[in-house]
Amino acid sequence: MDNIAGQKSALGWAVNIAVVALVLLWTIPTIGLLVSSFRDRDQISTTGWWRALTASEQNVIVRSAPPDAQVAEGDLWVIAGNIFEDGEGEVTAFGVTSRAPTALTPGTVGEMSKDRTMTVDASGNYRITSPVEFSGSRGTRIFATTLTPPQFTLANYDRVLFSEGIFRSFINTFTVTIPATVIPILIAAFAAYALAWMEFPGRALLIAAVVGLLVVPLQMALIPLLKLHNQIGIGKDYLGIWLAHTGFGLPLAIYLLRNYIAGLPREIIESARVDGATDFEIFRRIILPLSFPALASFAIFQFLWVWNDLLVATVFLGNNEEQLVMTGRLRELLGSRGGDWEILAASAFVSIAVPLVVFFTMQRYLVRGLLAGSVKGG
Amino acid sequence: MEQLLYASATIIVGVFGCVAYFYGSNLLLDVALPPRGEKAGRNINLSNMIRPWLFLGPAVALLGLYLVYPVIRSIDLSFRDASGDAWVGLDNYRWMLSDAKFYESLINNFWWLIVVPAASTFFGLIAATLTDRIKWGNLAKSLIFMPMAISFVGASVIWKFVYDYRGTGGDEIGIINAILVGLGGQPQAWITLEPWNSFFLMIILIWIQTGFAMVILSAALRGIPEETIEASILDGANPWQIFWKIKVPQIWGTIAVVWTTITILVLKVFDIVLAMTNGQWGSQVLANLMFDWMFRAGDFGRASTVALVIMVLVTPIMVWNIRNARREMV
Repeated sequence: MDNIAGQKSALGWAVNIAVVALVLLWTIPTIGLLVSSFRDRDQISTTGWWRALTASEQNVIVRSAPPDAQVAEGDLWVIAGNIFEDGEGEVTAFGVTSRAPTALTPGTVGEMSKDRTMTVDASGNYRITSPVEFSGSRGTRIFATTLTPPQFTLANYDRVLFSEGIFRSFINTFTVTIPATVIPILIAAFAAYALAWMEFPGRALLIAAVVGLLVVPLQMALIPLLKLHNQIGIGKDYLGIWLAHTGFGLPLAIYLLRNYIAGLPREIIESARVDGATDFEIFRRIILPLSFPALASFAIFQFLWVWNDLLVATVFLGNNEEQLVMTGRLRELLGSRGGDWEILAASAFVSIAVPLVVFFTMQRYLVRGLLAGSVKGG
Repeated sequence: MEQLLYASATIIVGVFGCVAYFYGSNLLLDVALPPRGEKAGRNINLSNMIRPWLFLGPAVALLGLYLVYPVIRSIDLSFRDASGDAWVGLDNYRWMLSDAKFYESLINNFWWLIVVPAASTFFGLIAATLTDRIKWGNLAKSLIFMPMAISFVGASVIWKFVYDYRGTGGDEIGIINAILVGLGGQPQAWITLEPWNSFFLMIILIWIQTGFAMVILSAALRGIPEETIEASILDGANPWQIFWKIKVPQIWGTIAVVWTTITILVLKVFDIVLAMTNGQWGSQVLANLMFDWMFRAGDFGRASTVALVIMVLVTPIMVWNIRNARREMV
């Protein structure tokens, strides 16, 4: 239907380019942080992440080996060595004073005060000579412009997982998420069946109530429930947050499942009734197996929602080291370690890795759930 | 590890508990009112009246306790003092109407409510239209949709890095400032730049929500009957006209749904503001203001009052949704 004569190829190119631009816009922020999470602290703070993929040019000040290392060559005293600690890199320029740190090309000889000379070659080997013996305890300063090849490290992940408490938060998030995803499903499925296939007074009113409760802001619920939880002694307990997430997730669960279950073929259910099956049997033998796609959709929704939630976790769970969830930890890091991008980037990716995996493997169900939840119902 | 055991135990107890409740209560009903014998007719009628409530029981109880009761209780709390005990009449409302931060939040929320749904729907519509025309459209959709899976806090970290500002000395490591410097401009501290910083925070939510709009609108666009498009092509309409005059009018309903869904989300969103600015530099919003009063100040009365304002703002959409749902069911 888009093949309007003569316009296809030109339009096709334009569309492709536009989509590439959109995709780039939408992925670059994430890629930037992902790349940064594999760089070390100095690299992140001195150069943009987009340079991580190519060799980076840096102006560095290195000290030569101390005077203890000098050797006598004829009537000259010489200190020699390599400015790269690990021997990798390239020098593109060097200098002998801070006033002209890039004045000399590698291989040439620079004149210093007191008849000393310095030379640095492209691979970083330096040689400093002096007619009199070097004294003092510190080496001579060498100003160099270096090209460092791309370097990536897993050290950030190692650090956040094993010494920054992220692992603990990861486990906490899991602890919160799994029961809060599983428990609402059964409760909602039974209710959805009743709302879809059983006749009773007040049914329409209940459906309307569920639709209305879908949009109640959580902010309304926080204070009364916090007071209630404190009164019955589950104020800062996993049990409290499981119940809260179950309650908050139910409207969507009932709504999604009711829409789906109401759309199942009437004949199947009627014929089962004629055969003498009770509602409980119909639910267990027919509805539950047939609604698997809808159950999966809701499970994914609830999983992503609970995993990514900050508000409910902050209110119903403690902010102490033992109970902090991933999102809470990230927020705390943003406040206290705002400039430590190596920590922030790695932590952020630890926290979003799980939802991303769920997202990419179960996208089909997620999309189906979204469509059932919005297009049909509204 | 102990808590994982606790969690597993809860799942098992919870699932078994549910099954036991539903099975047991249904069994009990069948035994108490057997559908045979001399009173069979009466029993069947009675159990048909009771059974739906057995199915609905746990759900209705939880919804009532976790969503309906809090609404009523919040209204009550908004007339009480900080600890929620003493009755203070309209004091909290008087405070709110004279509070500068409240007005700031209201104005910011107004902009959030206009910009985020509009931009997300717009970009979603464009993305849906374009990706439906190309071969690698599904991959492109996945990538644009991906931010949906990222938490608001995670997204805030990602974007804080995009907006990063170094000022003088050293390269800019935030990509926006780097591009700006590359073009010869001055780097900016975007997050603290009043009054525009709110808009930079909105971009984060737009980035997250565009995928949602795209997925739904893409399905709606595919549902448009081919005949209407073929007819317009025969009549000589160009692609631009087809899109705006044939396709868009046919999916108005879906656009409205997307728009309202994002609107609701915008009213509730607070994570982004909390993580990025915490309401400083003139970027406060209602949801974060409520959180502030509840958590930092511990004033339950004022926090409830602010929460009620959010509730009132949501109500028209709630009514609209209910009316639509009822119309569809008839």
